[in-house]
Amino acid sequence: MALPNKPLGELKADLNPQVEEREVDILIVGGGMAACGTAFEVKKWAGDKKILLCDKAAMERSGAVAQGLSAINTYIGANSKEDYVRMVRNDLMGLVREDLIYDLGRHVDDSVHLFEEWGLPVWKKTDDGKNLDGKKGLKQGSLKSGAQPVRTGKWQIMINGESYKRIVAEAAKLALGEENILERVFIVELVLDANEENRIAGAVGFSVRENKIYIIKCNTMMVACGGAVNIYQPRSVGEGKGRAWYPVWNAGSTYTMCMKVGAELSMMENRFTPARFKDGYGPVGAWFLLFKAKTLNGLGEAYAGSDAAKAELEKYAPYGTAAITPTCLRNHLMLFEMKSGRGPIIMDTVTALATLGKTMDKKELKHLESEAWEDFLDMTCGQANLWCATNTEPEKKNSEVMPTEPYLLGSHSGCCGLWCSGPAEDWVPASYKWDYNGVVYNRMTTVNGLFTAGDGVGCSGHKFSSGSHAEGRMVAKSMARWVKNNAGFKPVLNKSTEELVDLVWKPVKIYHEFSGYTTAVDINPNYIKPAGMALRLMKATHEYGAGTATYYQTSSKSLEVVMDLLETMREDCEKLAAGDLHELMRAWEIYHRIWTVESHLRHIQFRKETRYPGFYYQADYPGQDDANWFCFVNSKYDPKAGTWECKKEDYIKIIS
Amino acid sequence: MPSFVIQEKCDGCKGGEKTACMYICPNDLMVLDPNAMKAYNQEPDQCWECFSCVKICPTQAIEVRGYSDFVPLGSSIMPMMGTEDVMWTCKFRNGTVKRFKFPIRTTAEGAANAYLDLQGKDLDSELLSTEEVDGLVIAGPTELA
Repeated sequence: MALPNKPLGELKADLNPQVEEREVDILIVGGGMAACGTAFEVKKWAGDKKILLCDKAAMERSGAVAQGLSAINTYIGANSKEDYVRMVRNDLMGLVREDLIYDLGRHVDDSVHLFEEWGLPVWKKTDDGKNLDGKKGLKQGSLKSGAQPVRTGKWQIMINGESYKRIVAEAAKLALGEENILERVFIVELVLDANEENRIAGAVGFSVRENKIYIIKCNTMMVACGGAVNIYQPRSVGEGKGRAWYPVWNAGSTYTMCMKVGAELSMMENRFTPARFKDGYGPVGAWFLLFKAKTLNGLGEAYAGSDAAKAELEKYAPYGTAAITPTCLRNHLMLFEMKSGRGPIIMDTVTALATLGKTMDKKELKHLESEAWEDFLDMTCGQANLWCATNTEPEKKNSEVMPTEPYLLGSHSGCCGLWCSGPAEDWVPASYKWDYNGVVYNRMTTVNGLFTAGDGVGCSGHKFSSGSHAEGRMVAKSMARWVKNNAGFKPVLNKSTEELVDLVWKPVKIYHEFSGYTTAVDINPNYIKPAGMALRLMKATHEYGAGTATYYQTSSKSLEVVMDLLETMREDCEKLAAGDLHELMRAWEIYHRIWTVESHLRHIQFRKETRYPGFYYQADYPGQDDANWFCFVNSKYDPKAGTWECKKEDYIKIIS
Repeated sequence: MPSFVIQEKCDGCKGGEKTACMYICPNDLMVLDPNAMKAYNQEPDQCWECFSCVKICPTQAIEVRGYSDFVPLGSSIMPMMGTEDVMWTCKFRNGTVKRFKFPIRTTAEGAANAYLDLQGKDLDSELLSTEEVDGLVIAGPTELA
């Protein structure tokens, strides 16, 4: 008698999926801010071409801005683009691609102006210095017409951004046309051309709504699927695993898919472990910048301004002694307190609001309280609930701050990603731009015809939402150029339809072959479920890969151990099993995560110094070693040989 | 803070063309049980608490309950979406209630200008389409190392 053993998910995976093959000129993989930028821009330059966008989710609420945002962190305005480069360079400890950052700085404001035109409420400053929300501020006029935004820091502007992504996606979908968009299609592998070396020719993926595989040939492609989340054991457990700081659905797909066709990665050793309100992971930026709050150690001391802290920062001059302390070093100071037994670290919201309140009337105070809550409700709703559940009114009770588990990304305060060409301009050094048949294509990876944007572009952090959108638009123009210049190209995939179907659907086949063997569907010696593999990855990185377990410290020996563990994981990924379409998505996501983490740790292993104290520590090589390591680290996976290679790449200073 | 669906209120969006929460969830968590005609969260420990399902649900059948591993019971936050604003009701464990209203957009839904008729002119320049219209001049850096 068969026991009631069945797939867990609602949409079962059949053994024989439908296969749909398509051929387009331009393929956009992803649906977040960068891909929305591309979708908006691309038809303006390639209106007669066939274009297709595939998003794993629904564009209206996909990507990092799905929940909304309370600020746009990059708006140049009256600042100089050179200063923008200097800010990013200092925050990322000197090693950045200044061409990419300067180039982005030229375009980012245009995207912000579009957002406002489309309906995003942007706070405004009145002539007498008062703040107006985005609705009341309309009468001040638009940013483009010269109205003043409310600046929290030099680069950030405040918005009422609950519907930020909905607005941006609306314009993107209108511009590209619904008929050119496939939602709920997860692209999982890229495919090279059969006739031409190192040239992109297509991609393969599947629908998470129906049993259907998509094989899409293309002339050129952009992959922008965000960074990597849930790659380290999160601080929360059980249900709280979902409370990641960055979007929990970002699976490193950008890095893994591009890496697997041989695209060069850069600065994958970089990571981001943001200090956030503990557990809820609510943003702290507005508390520091808008409300002028200070963090205190467990003894009630404002440790960041102490002589000991200054002495510690001196060690990392000139970055540590700059006017704005780099994000990693702010974490470093916090960790120093915690490790010395002077934790926990507390955000002194009570004093900050009391100080601001001294010069405010009752109505203004009420508005201030509302601003503090909106900061959470616009982008991290759960933090607001945590305050409610713990009876925390910020004017009466302080909240704890804590650095999170590590994340990999290239658009926020991190800079890992693909090694991409800069623009074809004289001021860009020769080694920072490369051509295909004599033409340089901005933001092209080292695989011909393959582009990326947002979290995908390495060595150029601090783009945030607006910069990612602008970068997506820049890529749209590059791809339009590409299809015009390579109009005669006929893509021929270097894998057969049968091979691709077998590859994508393997976890389903394994499930069907073996699931009848045991009485409990999740426990079977012939396979491993993605949920189990996800925990296996997190345990390994947590313990050996500079996770929170060791206060972000690793060592040469630990890295050797975790490399062995990862190799076994990759082998066991051949035995991932998926009984339903949701689980098949999870199977491919964990596969992408494992490859991405491996590249992260290979880079840490190669760079024999600690470039980002506060983000990670290599115990055998503490401190920065500018003499040997003031350079990028690039890596390349050879898809034919199945081998990795890491190398140094020169950093070239462009901006004074 | 996983989402949960209230039995009595969920009708599976039977009158609509799609199950709203299933359509919107960025992490593919909300699904419809077609026999019960009720939606549910199929993987609560991967919920980002983004409230997309709560905000889109036409019958207000979805709410969230704090993560069991660190959130005490008894609180709730609930958004009410309008066309121009969102109204939040935040209930504390101790009974305190706060309400906030924030703007969400300044144009009508569907009114975003996609510049459908705009065609770029110079494909070889670095200018984006709307920058070209504005006559922006693109230049390299002047403060060189």
